[in-house]
Amino acid sequence: MPPGKPRPGSLLRSVRTVFLKDWRSELRTRYAVSALLMFVITTIAIILFSLGSESASADALSGMLWVVIFFASMSGLSRTFVMEEERGTTLTLQLAAPPAAVFFGKLLFNLVLVTGINAVTVLLYALFINGFVIRTMSIFVVTVVLGSIALAAASTVIAAIIARANTKGTLYPVLSFPIMLPLLLSVIEATRKASEGAFFAEAGGEFQLLISYIVVVVVSSSMLFEYIWKD
Amino acid sequence: MVLKITLGILLTAVIVFGIGLPMSPHPQAWYELPVIPGLEEKARIIFFHVPTAWLSVVAFLTSMWYAIRYLRSRDLAYDIRSSAAAGLGLMFCILATVTGAVWAKFNWGSYWNWDPRETSIFVLLLIYGAYFSLRSAVEVEEKRATLSSAYSIIAAVTVPFFIFIMPRIMPGLHPGSKGDPEGAGPVVDFKMSPNMRVIFFASLIAFTLLFQWMFSLRVRAAKIEAHNRQRG
Repeated sequence: MPPGKPRPGSLLRSVRTVFLKDWRSELRTRYAVSALLMFVITTIAIILFSLGSESASADALSGMLWVVIFFASMSGLSRTFVMEEERGTTLTLQLAAPPAAVFFGKLLFNLVLVTGINAVTVLLYALFINGFVIRTMSIFVVTVVLGSIALAAASTVIAAIIARANTKGTLYPVLSFPIMLPLLLSVIEATRKASEGAFFAEAGGEFQLLISYIVVVVVSSSMLFEYIWKD
Repeated sequence: MVLKITLGILLTAVIVFGIGLPMSPHPQAWYELPVIPGLEEKARIIFFHVPTAWLSVVAFLTSMWYAIRYLRSRDLAYDIRSSAAAGLGLMFCILATVTGAVWAKFNWGSYWNWDPRETSIFVLLLIYGAYFSLRSAVEVEEKRATLSSAYSIIAAVTVPFFIFIMPRIMPGLHPGSKGDPEGAGPVVDFKMSPNMRVIFFASLIAFTLLFQWMFSLRVRAAKIEAHNRQRG
């Protein structure tokens, strides 16, 4: 616990500072963005090659979209924390900002990153994959937005664990997959409903599940982060 | 000592009565189990499969409980308990998966059907696997304890989605799934006759005591190991 109670509003300000710091250093190298983009392009190309002239069912294609998104996130989202360890800036950041500010700053950064990448992925996927049709746009948009938030929430705390374990990402998908499975199952189900043209209300169960998942994961990881972050 | 004797008597009774009692279509005497259409002799799995699945969840929660205690106190003794519980949980989880899969082959036609409960036990297996690979990746004891505790708590808060929510909203083969004529809900009425119920709950208690005993053995062994390592 940092000595003295921080003034309300000062936490928000440090969250913003941490976010801006990551944002600027990302703009300088564009490492995460370019790695993620290339990953998405490569994966979609592989899907196109493996499909050849065959056409897969809309069911399979709506599931495959989330395979691309899941592994793309796994390739780039651990960056925010691993970077600090690699540069040796972890200690400085521990001194400069309270753990909650670091966590929410990084969460915000991952959220922006994953939302942007998902938007590009969905666009590319819809352009290049034949047979992928969305009949209920409203379900699909809400699914992608909620799915992005949930992905960012779960991946941020696992990234913090991975960075402290010094394993550089080999364990990242292994640790993330079981945690993310409720989210993956419900977004795949909701996307399937969107491509079948179900009514908006029919995907209500999936949305409730996603929202409660986001709340549970964000609350518990913000409580645990302090223990992970400080030695 | 009392624990071991009780455990011995209970487990022997459960095995003898669970496997040995005859089944009849119209049970009259206290020792006759009813025949459930479609299950027949295969219904006996409930005495052994359900307790192992129950224990894999109990072990998981025990592990999480000691993980919380560890993070609050930073006492490595709690980390030993947490990982011992997780190790036992992994074992019971494998047992539940294997017994379930073999049974499913004979009753539902294939070893694996991705029924929601099968999905959830699979995820539990993955979590245990991930937990132990995280532990083996970190060498510093305190760091390993902290990170694996944090992971087990994060995993524990998402597990209810599988055990309590997913099986209810997805159609499946296990009792208590969506579309079950007996009604979907967290409390599953197994359609058991009173004598089956007695064996079933005796088995649950026996397996829980077995877990308790194995857990204390493992914790003692791990403590001796840690002690020896410190002395070189």
